[in-house]
Amino acid sequence: MSKLRQIAFYGKGGIGKSTTSQNTLAALAEMGQRILIVGCDPKADSTRLILHAKAQDTILSLAAAAGSVEDLELEEVMKVGYRDIRCVESGGPEPGVGCAGRGVITSINFLEENGAYENIDYVSYDVLGDVVCGGFAMPIRENKAQEIYIVMSGEMMAMYAANNIAKGILKYANSGGVRLGGLVCNERQTDKELELAESLAKKLGTHLIHFVPRDNIVQHAELRRMTVLEYAPDSKQAEEYRTLARKVHANAGNGVIPTPITMDELEDMLMEHGIMKQVDESLIGKSAAELVAEAALVA
Amino acid sequence: MTQDADKVLDHFELFRGAEYKEMFANKRANFENTHPDAEVDRVREWAKTKEYQEKNFAREALVVNPAKACQPLGAVFVAVGFEGTLPFVHGSQGCVAYYRSHFSRHFKEPTSCVSSSMTEDAAVFGGLNNMVDGLANAYSMYKPKMIAVSTTCMAEVIGDDLNAFIKTAKEKGSVPAEFDVTFAHTPAFVGSHVTGYDNAMKGVIEHFWDGKAGTVPKLERAENGSINFIGGFDGYTVGNIREVKRIFDLMQVEYTIIGDNSDVWDTPTDGEFRMYDGGTKLNDVANAVNAKATISMQQFCTEKTLELVRNHGHEVLAFNHPVGVAGTDHFLMEVSRLSGKPIPAELEKERGRLVDAIADSNAHIHGKKFAIYGDPDLTYGLAAFLLELGAEPVHVLATNGNKAWAAKMQALFDSSPFGANCKAYPGKDLWHMRSLLFTEPVDYLIGNTYGKYLERDTGTPLIRIGFPIFDRHHHHRRPVWGYQGGMNLLITILDKIFDTMDAKTNVAGQTDYSYDIIR
Repeated sequence: MSKLRQIAFYGKGGIGKSTTSQNTLAALAEMGQRILIVGCDPKADSTRLILHAKAQDTILSLAAAAGSVEDLELEEVMKVGYRDIRCVESGGPEPGVGCAGRGVITSINFLEENGAYENIDYVSYDVLGDVVCGGFAMPIRENKAQEIYIVMSGEMMAMYAANNIAKGILKYANSGGVRLGGLVCNERQTDKELELAESLAKKLGTHLIHFVPRDNIVQHAELRRMTVLEYAPDSKQAEEYRTLARKVHANAGNGVIPTPITMDELEDMLMEHGIMKQVDESLIGKSAAELVAEAALVA
Repeated sequence: MTQDADKVLDHFELFRGAEYKEMFANKRANFENTHPDAEVDRVREWAKTKEYQEKNFAREALVVNPAKACQPLGAVFVAVGFEGTLPFVHGSQGCVAYYRSHFSRHFKEPTSCVSSSMTEDAAVFGGLNNMVDGLANAYSMYKPKMIAVSTTCMAEVIGDDLNAFIKTAKEKGSVPAEFDVTFAHTPAFVGSHVTGYDNAMKGVIEHFWDGKAGTVPKLERAENGSINFIGGFDGYTVGNIREVKRIFDLMQVEYTIIGDNSDVWDTPTDGEFRMYDGGTKLNDVANAVNAKATISMQQFCTEKTLELVRNHGHEVLAFNHPVGVAGTDHFLMEVSRLSGKPIPAELEKERGRLVDAIADSNAHIHGKKFAIYGDPDLTYGLAAFLLELGAEPVHVLATNGNKAWAAKMQALFDSSPFGANCKAYPGKDLWHMRSLLFTEPVDYLIGNTYGKYLERDTGTPLIRIGFPIFDRHHHHRRPVWGYQGGMNLLITILDKIFDTMDAKTNVAGQTDYSYDIIR
């Protein structure tokens, strides 16, 4: 058996992490890899495209029904979907209550103790948002995910989040073995998107693994709760995900310790590419209408 | 006030004086807003019925008086069993005060243990700074040879990563890089003190055998004939570990006790304070990887630990707190098989004496009904002993027992004609036990000090065996393992039986025809 690859997808909420990760993993499964997906998002939508299900029963909801996590069996929480991909969702509390991070910790401990990681080639963690607390950092602790892929786009806040995640990885990289595998840009059709993504990757000391173009076929597949790989295996978009999967597969051991940048440096970068004009301090905090009025006055 | 400096009354007498009686009566009448006595009596009687028991056993979201403690208590128990080792609990101070007082009340000895003193800011920003400063302070003030880190709920809820924190603390110079700091995550909201024992013991063994958190090469095992012995969480550890050493020495077995708490909880008063005393030498823990086999006295205390040990190629044996004749026979025969050493005549003689003592007292124990509660392994061992004596362990309850424990108990009951009416109750608490003692009464209750309230409420005489025992002194100094230990247990049980017999026959002119000199 080849060595177990443990990878994780992080990124800003709504960036298309779950979609990108599931399509990529489906492509890896096509290549004959045995895969386990661990969803670490209270929304529990990290496996819907693989399982064709609305939302999988989560470890925490099953534990609540059974009384405690100790009463659960692995078979109850692990479902098998497209191309025998094994799926687990950690789950978490309703919005506004409890601690989602704790849910992630509980679930990952359960999976380890019950031997979920045996006889597989890839474990993929799909993690919501930034590395905000110990729970969301769980997948990047020592002996967990070794390679992190950050899903981002050319939008300012997505890049901001990507930079923040890089900070989290840096914190753990010194004491453990976690490395940044690279960035995956999910096209949003913003200005100079590819250029920006490559530039950010360079600043973070890594590289852009793949630029996934926007294609409405992803939406069509999503509505059918399928990956593009399954819905339209011959489509151009499926080929994009296959390319991404091949690149991830070939990326073993190429991870780096990231070099996150400051907010100022991030803004400077946007300016370099002409996305933001040199900031005129007098314009800050003024609405578009105010600026038009001022411009008229000057004229 | 009625206190007088020349004749100071203790609370037994003081609060029974007229002044206090009046004060209590006023408080009750004016402030306590109590139900009428008749209503209180009605509910008290109702709580003794089968109807109430059914409601009680249907309870889902409430635990009343659980017979278990939390994980870090077990972790602290493990830590003090190693040479010069300071238990360091990453979390809030109050928790650590509890572990220290709990052990001190039972063993009547100080228990040294430090906290990283996490407060609200640490809960928000993470406890890294507390770990860095805490390790530095503990190392410089208390000069330990090793620090064993465990966690309270607070650190676990926010997900502090001990491995990373300890590495960072070492990089920042809190303790030297090569100083041994073992760690175990011990969330108190999962499992019990036996789980904590398991996690901490696994943490220590993993540290020494598997490369000290990636800082040195893993040890290569070169098998020798030695046997490792792990006792498990045990309120009788002082007496038991010494007895096991005596037995192994008599048999001339080469052995390593992994986790030896017998000296630190029994230090002499000779003018010298010993913060650390005895314990397994750190070198011996490392060398234990070369042993032929590893024995655990308590299966449910060491499940993860034994898995780790098994993966290093050891033959692994787990007992369930074996006590009495058959239990000790099994233990000694396995030790003899593993070591190739015969069981010496001296031990055979001890066995004969125990059998003799059992025969002498058999008439008083045979057919008696018992309820037992406590840790999974202890309750199993005691139930097996009672069946051996021809008694019936009718209710056996372990709050921290799981389905596997219940199945094992049932198999034990099925193996004896005296087990026919016996039942195991996994995951139940002492309020469940209270109902059982009313609806299906037994002759005696076996449990720890907390059982005295059940004794008072239900009138079932309590035989104090287990942990913690706060209100009787020094029993932990006597073993319950080995044939000698079986003898101690037999005597403890018999003493209560005879005391109860006397108390029931001592009314002059009415029952005194049975108030006999000879029993």
